[in-house]
Amino acid sequence: MAQALARGVLRLTQPVYAAAFAAVAGKKEGEGPMGQCFDRVEPDSHFGQESWEQAESRMQQETIYRAMEKAGAQPEQIDLILAGDLINQCTSSTYSLRPFAIPFLGLFGACSTMAEGIVTGSLLLEAGAGNRAVAATSSHFSTAERQFRYPLSYGGQRPPTAQWTCTASGAVVLDKETTDAPRIQGVCIGKITDLGVCDANNMGAAMAPAAADTLTRWFRGTGTPPEAYDAIVTGDLGEIGGKLLLDLMMKQGYEIHSRYHDCGVLMFDGDRQDTHAGGSGCGCGGSLLCGHFLPKMQSGGIRRMLFLATGALMSPMLVQQGESIPGIAHLVEFVCGEE
Amino acid sequence: MEISPELYQDMQDAAAPKSRSYVNIPMAFLAGGLICVLGECILNLLTYWGVEQEAAGSWTSVILVFLSALLTGLGWYERIAKHAGAGTLVPITGFANGVTSSAIEARTEGWILGVGSKIFTIAGPVILYGTAASVVYGIMLMLFGMFL
Amino acid sequence: MLEYIWAFLIGGGICAVGQVLIDYTKLTPARILTGYVVAGVLISALGLYQPLIDFAGGGATVPLTGFGHLLAEGIRKSVEEKGWLGVFSGGLTASAAGITAAMLFGLAASAIFKPKDK
Repeated sequence: MAQALARGVLRLTQPVYAAAFAAVAGKKEGEGPMGQCFDRVEPDSHFGQESWEQAESRMQQETIYRAMEKAGAQPEQIDLILAGDLINQCTSSTYSLRPFAIPFLGLFGACSTMAEGIVTGSLLLEAGAGNRAVAATSSHFSTAERQFRYPLSYGGQRPPTAQWTCTASGAVVLDKETTDAPRIQGVCIGKITDLGVCDANNMGAAMAPAAADTLTRWFRGTGTPPEAYDAIVTGDLGEIGGKLLLDLMMKQGYEIHSRYHDCGVLMFDGDRQDTHAGGSGCGCGGSLLCGHFLPKMQSGGIRRMLFLATGALMSPMLVQQGESIPGIAHLVEFVCGEE
Repeated sequence: MEISPELYQDMQDAAAPKSRSYVNIPMAFLAGGLICVLGECILNLLTYWGVEQEAAGSWTSVILVFLSALLTGLGWYERIAKHAGAGTLVPITGFANGVTSSAIEARTEGWILGVGSKIFTIAGPVILYGTAASVVYGIMLMLFGMFL
Repeated sequence: MLEYIWAFLIGGGICAVGQVLIDYTKLTPARILTGYVVAGVLISALGLYQPLIDFAGGGATVPLTGFGHLLAEGIRKSVEEKGWLGVFSGGLTASAAGITAAMLFGLAASAIFKPKDK
């Protein structure tokens, strides 16, 4: 059983491995600086489907297939699947999983879903819920734009703080038995953190306090300093949220600047691709974790890594009611090789 | 976290890039001005062809709305608007863009509950409050007429 | 030629004010448009919009403030002709061409075009 070092700060006592992982992305993401790292880049943003929602489901489904294929597992050999996305009722995940017939727990953590899935999955496997689980997530620019903002062909101007929802998906096969894969050693479950940001066009700022809270609790709870890690990676804070996180961590007495990366900043070339403050969405952190960071751990480029996926738990309805946007961030500690 | 929302607001203000108004405002001026000149050209052309003044005004609106709907459907309006900002928002073409983009977007949910009910998601408030304001004006005219 | 220059300057100016609102306030586009129409009704009610149109033509009729003016004009005429009924019928009658065109072409566009990704 996992050992609680502090409230929500857990150390796994039996290893759970990220045995296989896959990432699929859309055209714009494929044209970005990380374009080479995805298993597949689909040029058709409809993914051959009729609607955007179906397109996102299709993309997520394919990502899960690819991850299972790499793990050499058939759907019936997966004990549990944890998935979520941004769309109301998590439909991208439920429709993507329809053909699989795998025991499923749906998650909603907005853009923090990749980490939430890995946290929940590894804890369940460790507790004896099975041997293999899949954690998956996706986001699609057009489904998110429709649900949270304006119609696609509406001529609105995006403010400089706005982020670009990535059309991307990531899936990880968690396994108790593999050995030569990145290992999940600890997790930190995030708390809802809200410092009163009401601007739906400034998600990075809404999420940064949650990331800072989770990271601080992790460092304090485990007693490990930031220097113990080769990389500290956030999911989609973007340019502004990233800057705010570094500031907030400095105020807590932690300097993480030299090892800090944000998937939202890495995903696009802001000047060339006109993405303003960077990428966002569940698929942003999910696809770069699965397409870039976990492979880099496997090839020895990174030995110890903290992955934090941050979520802005935004509801257009509550924002219209004048409410601020609560943020959350879940953390996963990955280690590769011997201690 | 010991940071107050007020302090965090200051941190955000320091971190957030400012809108590039020195580009945005001239671009809005240019694009908006050109659309108005286009309207003026259409109006003059119609009156030159013998269309009576008031009808020509209405036809000008119809033609501008048509052009906007066409460009919206082709996905060009949004591309221009990205640079033009309020220059493409404020003219009647912006109103038509709001209607057309909502309609196209809702097509996947069907003709009635999709297109039918969502076509005015963006433009609806403009019609509602414009009409309401004009009714208030009408009531005032009536009351002044009765008492003066 | 001069009328085109004035149309450009006044129309551009009205749009530039909108850009100032976008850049320096938290107003959403829908709020700005609604504000423009209501402002148009108000300015027209004060009798100031018609002179602007006489001066700038398309520069004053094409922006949404012109739409507000159209509503107010319609009310003014129909109240004279029909009294209280005019209060109800005047605004939309005057603006019917623009609104119907938007509905019709919007509907047609939704039948012809598929939403495009950015």
